[in-house]
Amino acid sequence: MGIAIVVTSGKGGVGKTTTSANVGTGLAISGKSVVLVDADIGLRNLDVVMGLENRIVYDLVDVVQGYCRLKQALIRDKRYENLCLLPAAQTKDKTAVSPDQMKTLVDELKQEFDYVIVDCPAGIEQGFKNAIIGADEAIVVTTPEVSAVRDADRVIGLLEAEEIKEPKLILNRIRPAMVKRGDMMDIDDVLDILAIKLLGVVPDDDSIVVSTNRGEPAVTQNGSKAGQAYRNIVRRIMGENVPLMSLSVPDEGLFGRLKRLLVGER
Amino acid sequence: MDFFLRLFGKEGSSKNIAKERLRLVLVHDRASVSPQVMQSFREEIIGVISKYLDIDTQRMEVDLTNEEDAVALTASIPVRSVRRGL
Repeated sequence: MGIAIVVTSGKGGVGKTTTSANVGTGLAISGKSVVLVDADIGLRNLDVVMGLENRIVYDLVDVVQGYCRLKQALIRDKRYENLCLLPAAQTKDKTAVSPDQMKTLVDELKQEFDYVIVDCPAGIEQGFKNAIIGADEAIVVTTPEVSAVRDADRVIGLLEAEEIKEPKLILNRIRPAMVKRGDMMDIDDVLDILAIKLLGVVPDDDSIVVSTNRGEPAVTQNGSKAGQAYRNIVRRIMGENVPLMSLSVPDEGLFGRLKRLLVGER
Repeated sequence: MDFFLRLFGKEGSSKNIAKERLRLVLVHDRASVSPQVMQSFREEIIGVISKYLDIDTQRMEVDLTNEEDAVALTASIPVRSVRRGL
């Protein structure tokens, strides 16, 4: 019997899909059998982030409505044969699936896979309710911005009301140089506000854009800092105690500050 | 002046502004308590106060209100009499 983990955030654009793709792929690299479920019906994206968009025949709504068997809709990853994707429907809307149907589906997937990773849509309406109903655990993704942290707080409250115990936080897109200058909230600041356990910190990294362009999750790339952060997160999910990676930056010095002020660079 | 403060790395940090704003906004967000919780809250308050005072529960009002920069618990509890022998 596997574990279902929902990846959620409240706010859009903070990196839920990227996190789902990297965590799922990372778990598969570690030898676990994994299915990624795109619960964002009407706005599917996990397929393109995984580079599997050309292989879709059936989708989640087809399965739920009985147009195909579950096995027919699962797309096997090109690199890791123990990794599958269940794509969302693109032409339907969130009401095409009920929470009960979603729960049945996730329970069925848990029989087949070690991990069921559910990529939740933004918002807290029906799509959110569908995504969390079958989940045993939750990962809340946020960035160090007031809007994202505020929405994360709301989502944590809703998860706890649904008795998904102890959601864990991924702090995404942290920029160490800005943290050092005191212009970005740090890990401790965000944990202090949200009062939940930390699963990991992912630095803002150009390699995420490049890997998304290619449809190959950064976790597969050894040179990527964000990829390393995701590999650490995966090990923590599997129960290992892995220290946070160092994100320190050298002092920019007087010249660096002068340049930043004059040129206005970040 | 501001330029020189920043040049020497002494700029006022915007993260503290962010934290302070978040702290306040979350107090407001989290204060949206459900009616059921408010009801049991009210009943427990009545229980405690009734040990000491005879109060008019019909005219009692308990509410969380949003002030400018804080959330306040406001209770208006008419007292009928003070219990003897306390």
